[in-house]
Amino acid sequence: MSKVEILVICRHEGILQTIVRLVNNNPEWNATGAVTDDDAIAEFNSHLFKLVLLGSGIEKESEDKLCTAFRALNQHIIIVQHYGGGSGLLAAEIYEALARR
Amino acid sequence: MAQTILHKAETRGHANHGWLNSYHSFSFSSYYNPNRMNFGALRVLNDDTVDAGMGFGTHPHDNMEIISIPLEGDLEHKDSMNNVAVIKNGDIQAMSAGTGIYHSEYNKDRAHRVKFLQIWVYPDKKNVEPRYDQITLNLEDRHNKLQQILSPNPNDEGVWIHQNAWFHLGKFDKGISTEYNLKAKGNGVYVFVLTGDVKINDQLLNTRDGFGIWDTDKFTITAETDAEFLLMEVPMKF
Repeated sequence: MSKVEILVICRHEGILQTIVRLVNNNPEWNATGAVTDDDAIAEFNSHLFKLVLLGSGIEKESEDKLCTAFRALNQHIIIVQHYGGGSGLLAAEIYEALARR
Repeated sequence: MAQTILHKAETRGHANHGWLNSYHSFSFSSYYNPNRMNFGALRVLNDDTVDAGMGFGTHPHDNMEIISIPLEGDLEHKDSMNNVAVIKNGDIQAMSAGTGIYHSEYNKDRAHRVKFLQIWVYPDKKNVEPRYDQITLNLEDRHNKLQQILSPNPNDEGVWIHQNAWFHLGKFDKGISTEYNLKAKGNGVYVFVLTGDVKINDQLLNTRDGFGIWDTDKFTITAETDAEFLLMEVPMKF
């Protein structure tokens, strides 16, 4: 069974690595990380993601630009804010987001 | 008319990792219950016991207001803002994670466990500059009265956080009653009983029960036994 592909965007490199590692601890999920808007859009263009997690430090203007770009390519993409920096909230956020599908 | 939700103590999520015994009032880590995600802006209420000499290694947080209240023993905190402090029983610590922070929390006592509440509240502003605050509370200020320990205002009693929230502690003798008036329209209050039995209006609560009440301006708190409790007023929509 293929894994759920999740794009994680976070400006803080260290926190991004933590989030990606924690997501990948779940055998059913596979996370790809991106720090910049350009990297995030490039990743989104090259892979089919089910879910986008927005982490810390993303400015409102960037958030709007990313959401617009992602939805232009996939109107069904789920985009959620991750709170906590790779925290105990992560799994619940992903489960809840995927349940919306 | 007031709306309410009751969370009995035994319905909390539970994780025992040996060195850490944790009860989760809301979904956290491997405890996932879609009906127990949050109470308004209150997202995490963890009731933790950490063995002597053990603790949480350095880990990141962002965009959360994190409040720690030791109930027994002391907790050593270190963070990436170079804050190093011991949060003692009787203290309250608030940390605005904002754009991102790393911290660790350890029980440095080699002989005794530490019990503490860790509470996370969604902030009303994202990506703030990370900050840290800690104060020592006067225990007498909660004896048969409500002691404010947290608010949105740096100039008010207690610590402050980036959210329209107010926390109060009370340590009431049996039979003592008081009224709590909510401070902001649209807020609700989550009551957590630390010890004893209390009634919120007509609802009886026991030790470690949680009770949310909203769509009301006020409610009555009565100690059915000697009791200690925490009131967390938070926005229901955020």
